[in-house]
Amino acid sequence: MKKTYKIEVDCPVCAGKMEEQAKKHEGVKDAAVSFLTQKMKVEFEENADAAKIMNELKAACKKIEPDCEIYTE
Amino acid sequence: MNSKQKKTLYRIIAAAVLTVAAASAPVKGYSELFLFLVPYIIIGYDILRKAFLGIVNGQIFDENFLMAVATVGAMLLGDYAEGTAVMLFYQIGELFESCAVDRSRKNISELMNIAPDYANLEIGKGQLERVDPDDVEPGSIIVIRPGEKIPIDGEIIEGESVINTSALTGESLPREVGAGDEVISGCINMSGLLRVRTTKEFGESTVSKILELVENSSMKKSRSENFITRFAKYYTPAVCIGAAVLAVIPPVFRILAMSSQPMWSEWIVRALTFLVISCPCALVISIPLSFFGGIGGASARGILIKGSNYLETLSRAKYIVFDKTGTLTKGKFEISEICPEGISKEKLLEYAACAEMNSNHPVSCCIKEGCGQKPDGGKISGQKEIGGLGVETVYDGRIIAAGNRKLMKKWGIDVPESDKPGTFVHVAIDGKYAGFILVADTVKPGAKAAVEKLKSKGIKEIIMLTGDVRNAAEAAAAELGMDKVKFELLPEDKVNEVERLMELRRENEKLVFVGDGINDAPVLMRADIGIAMGALGSDAAIEAADIVLMDDDPGKIPEAMDISRKTVRIVYQNIVFALSVKGICLILGALGIAGMWAAIFADVGVMVIAVLNAMRTLYTRRDKNVGK
Repeated sequence: MKKTYKIEVDCPVCAGKMEEQAKKHEGVKDAAVSFLTQKMKVEFEENADAAKIMNELKAACKKIEPDCEIYTE
Repeated sequence: MNSKQKKTLYRIIAAAVLTVAAASAPVKGYSELFLFLVPYIIIGYDILRKAFLGIVNGQIFDENFLMAVATVGAMLLGDYAEGTAVMLFYQIGELFESCAVDRSRKNISELMNIAPDYANLEIGKGQLERVDPDDVEPGSIIVIRPGEKIPIDGEIIEGESVINTSALTGESLPREVGAGDEVISGCINMSGLLRVRTTKEFGESTVSKILELVENSSMKKSRSENFITRFAKYYTPAVCIGAAVLAVIPPVFRILAMSSQPMWSEWIVRALTFLVISCPCALVISIPLSFFGGIGGASARGILIKGSNYLETLSRAKYIVFDKTGTLTKGKFEISEICPEGISKEKLLEYAACAEMNSNHPVSCCIKEGCGQKPDGGKISGQKEIGGLGVETVYDGRIIAAGNRKLMKKWGIDVPESDKPGTFVHVAIDGKYAGFILVADTVKPGAKAAVEKLKSKGIKEIIMLTGDVRNAAEAAAAELGMDKVKFELLPEDKVNEVERLMELRRENEKLVFVGDGINDAPVLMRADIGIAMGALGSDAAIEAADIVLMDDDPGKIPEAMDISRKTVRIVYQNIVFALSVKGICLILGALGIAGMWAAIFADVGVMVIAVLNAMRTLYTRRDKNVGK
């Protein structure tokens, strides 16, 4: 299952960090972040709870970049 | 500017005014510090906050940290003006960067301004409702008024109009459409009212596919982007360690080895300068921005590139392999030669068209099309089609036979064999030979110029692979100036041929395959870069290819190469420029020659220049001169 989320992030380095964070997150098969289009594309593992994962991921990303935002809805 | 940027701008203005005021105030000591602290806090509070949060969350060594340490350090050493100014210029740079990125984002979305806002759904007899294109079911009837965008792919059931496909194909010539024609979303209806039965959902329509493709392209990162990301990861900590070493080792060395004054503050200033110079933002922002610009500029011309990595690879193409039919040729029969004997060309064509009047064979259709005027059906009697030979018709009291050599033989006429490419239609009138019409698949108008341009751009070999017969293949190859041609190939032979070529070539010489997408999907996938052509509406081709040309013009390939090379050149320029300026400033900073001000230029100035340079990728000039 693949989903694309709108994000808000100010600098490309932070976008890279978010991508790294998303990639290693449990339940995420692959992820890509585009700073320029301000989008995060996440491919979840099968039977993964996307909403739960995204909430955890949002918290994790806020830790590395306090000003970032992921719009899950 | 958005509200966030405006807020930053006001902060910059306020801080700048207060800094100038503080610098000109005749105070010393704590009151001076206080005067500078006001603008410093105004301009820098968010950086300080982020740096603090970063440390708390174990994310030290980012640019906020660098800026916070450098400016706080300067303040502690009593260089209040420098400390405040560094923060001020850093914010100006950040604001500029964010505006520049927004601007190019906007430019690109304008170039790709094909997304429809609504659809006029027919809900009853003559009743329309304006709805979101997403809510229209396939098979619904929608109405498109002149001036509106076609929101969803479909088939015209009523109305005639001229549509502008330029947003999709870059082709400025409008296309005439009428009932029964397929229309593609994203085109603009120019003149008449159209009633269209939708054939797809909005999400499956061409326009959604294209938008998704372009949006996702910046997620497929190029090697240069990955390199810089990795580089930045080691670079920032390395500079921080370097700065620490610079602050501690020389003074300690001075005390121990030279027994002189340590000059702590001097070396700490140098270390702080080091930190300001080191920000990697110029590189990290300009490289994806360059690729994004290149991809955006290309899509405005009907060249869709599915990822930065493909744009980068294309610049190193050395071998280009073309499919023939539908790619370099029109894939459609046309009259290529009329050779009459004893009568005029027009007459020959007229007689042939009459003979073929009721036949639906592709060759017949093309002769009828070529004749233009419709022959008088009343004069025709007794028409019969002879399978595998041709047709015989009585027209105006004369017996006309039109067909191949075998048909002529039946009439006792011996026609010599020819090696010309194409299909011969010989014509005999009342048993007397009247000449022949040669029908062939013709080469696209821009194909020859495209091949020439590619050669002038340093392509080593241009090869044609085709399933067609020898005559046709060799003739087309010679006309186009191909370096090599392989014919009578099955689709799997094409894959083998491409694989063989890829084994022979050197590591960084890339191979491009250009096909029309429908049966070439395996080869498109196999090649380093697969370019699908005229792929408007063909899902399989869009899926399999790395680059999709929205129209049928092979001339788009040299254009795409120009864009890719320009983009890569700009990326390298930026890498070299930013790294060398920073490198020089780092050395000068360590030696104490470059101070804080030079450091600010090395950071903000380089970033501004790199971003401006990156934005040039949006506009690659079209090269009209062949062979230049």
